[in-house]
Amino acid sequence: MSTVTQTSPSSPSSPSSAGGAGAAAFGVGRTVRLGLSRIGYETKIYFRQTDTLFFTFLFPVIMLTIFSVAFQGMGNVGANPDGTGGISQAAAYLPGMIAAGILLSGVQNLGVDIATERGDGTLKRLGGTPLPVLSYFFGKIGQVFATSVLQIALLLLVAVVAFGVQLPTDPAKWMTFVWVYLLGIATSAILGIAISRLPRSGKSATAVIIPPVLILQFISGVYLQFALLPDWLQTVASIFPLKWIAQGLRSVFLPESFASVEPGGAWNLGAVAVALLIWLVAGLIVCRVTFRWIRKDS
Amino acid sequence: MTTSEIAVSVENLTKSYGTFAALKGITFDIKRGETFALLGPNGAGKSTTIEILEGYRDRTNGEVRVLGTDPQHGGLPWKAKLGIVLQSSGESGNVTVREQLTQFAGMYPNPRSVDEVIASIGLEEKAGTRIKNLSGGQRRRVDVGLGVIGRPELLFLDEPTTGFDPEARRQFWELIRSLKREGTTILLTTHYLDEAAQLSDRAAVVAGGVLVDIGPVGSLGSAEARIPIVRWRESGIVREQRAAEPGAVVAELVARLGEPEGLEVVRPSLEDIYLDLVSTQFAGTENTEAEARVLANQTDPTAGTMRESELA
Repeated sequence: MSTVTQTSPSSPSSPSSAGGAGAAAFGVGRTVRLGLSRIGYETKIYFRQTDTLFFTFLFPVIMLTIFSVAFQGMGNVGANPDGTGGISQAAAYLPGMIAAGILLSGVQNLGVDIATERGDGTLKRLGGTPLPVLSYFFGKIGQVFATSVLQIALLLLVAVVAFGVQLPTDPAKWMTFVWVYLLGIATSAILGIAISRLPRSGKSATAVIIPPVLILQFISGVYLQFALLPDWLQTVASIFPLKWIAQGLRSVFLPESFASVEPGGAWNLGAVAVALLIWLVAGLIVCRVTFRWIRKDS
Repeated sequence: MTTSEIAVSVENLTKSYGTFAALKGITFDIKRGETFALLGPNGAGKSTTIEILEGYRDRTNGEVRVLGTDPQHGGLPWKAKLGIVLQSSGESGNVTVREQLTQFAGMYPNPRSVDEVIASIGLEEKAGTRIKNLSGGQRRRVDVGLGVIGRPELLFLDEPTTGFDPEARRQFWELIRSLKREGTTILLTTHYLDEAAQLSDRAAVVAGGVLVDIGPVGSLGSAEARIPIVRWRESGIVREQRAAEPGAVVAELVARLGEPEGLEVVRPSLEDIYLDLVSTQFAGTENTEAEARVLANQTDPTAGTMRESELA
């Protein structure tokens, strides 16, 4: 630790740039610029954590592979009585696994990540810097977006290359995919920030956040076909956003004939949009009200 | 003194957790460019004070101004003028030293050069190493680097050299002196009194939530506490005498005994004076054992109730 060379223009007597030109220097542009820089930083860290890589990033791909291979012998889903028609197990599981990926990349990833950062002092340190809270959120949400796009690309690649799944060709289907994805991932990321407040310590973060996320996957049509669940369980699942994300994605990736087994016999995309928007707004409000860099005076 | 010459002003600051009073009315000022040390035993209120000044905790009462701003309402431009080195850092550290410093440099309007800071914290060899793979002392140096990267006007250092080896500590002192030469105001808490003596212009001793003494490090404690001690052995018994003029006492001894056995003249060290200050703070309470336990437990908010019940 040698000396720091004395090139400092901010001698204590000179008016500080932070004080004088404050309003312009600390405006929206700076918030966005720092947010963009945080996205790169956060994404780099994401891919350096082997546990996140496995339980969040690769998990849906692994589950798709396991389910597709394990149930291959049971024949196609939705086949005619003579065994013709229908879609492969991999094709049937694909939308659910993408939905699971959206939930994991947002809720589980950010819920655990931010709770851990609160526990280990990262947030306290950031709270002492001039980093805007919004830039921090941009970084996290951008990381969720970047990693989940890669995750879905990988899922589609495995589905097509390893299991010969045929992707939709109708542009309208892909338009549906885009809005369901964007609404789903935004909701999931915001809920992840909101839920990160729940664990009392960084160490308990995975124990608090992973179980509800896992249960949601079982009751929302990810691992088990939604139409086969009892009505009351379908009703419970309908309260939560994952069921709606999965339903929206089924409308994209499954043949039109599969709509008949959905609740109400239709994809009901209007309800998908409304349910996700309600969760998104509720999540934003919770984040706005509860997010603090540290638990003051705890 | 005008307000622009004062970096930190604290007046009658109190902080309570429930019924426990962690700070019972503390008053001091730190001038611009001054290096000020806050000394005191664990749980004395040092960290509570520094965290109130940093804006992490709200005060219960009193007036606080840090660079002219109330820390409870300090915005981003205010934070940009501060450098904060917290007492503990436990980040997982999946980024390299250079990446972390670069990321933090981007947050400040007029940061130092990353390479310059890496050199100043002596981590050139480790610049490309992930922080989690550094030793404790090296990680602490990264903390210090992150504290100074934004070219702060006011730098908070909460026990910065804990875990440093002696050489790293000397290097750290050099770094602090160079910041001081640039005009940086520094508030330091430390357990190492030699560190306070080396670095600070003035120091305050806090014990039990009260400011016990304040002044240049050399003048801390009562004049009496700084009186030298003459020690010698006479008829097999060690004797000692406090004397403002120890030479006269020694001359008298020599005249009386010839060459005295085991003769020493000791000037009370800063350590002695400090321990004296901290212990006299609690003189007068009968149950000193309970006090000691309260002191040891002061970070625990329930300690307050314990104090009341045991001293009632």
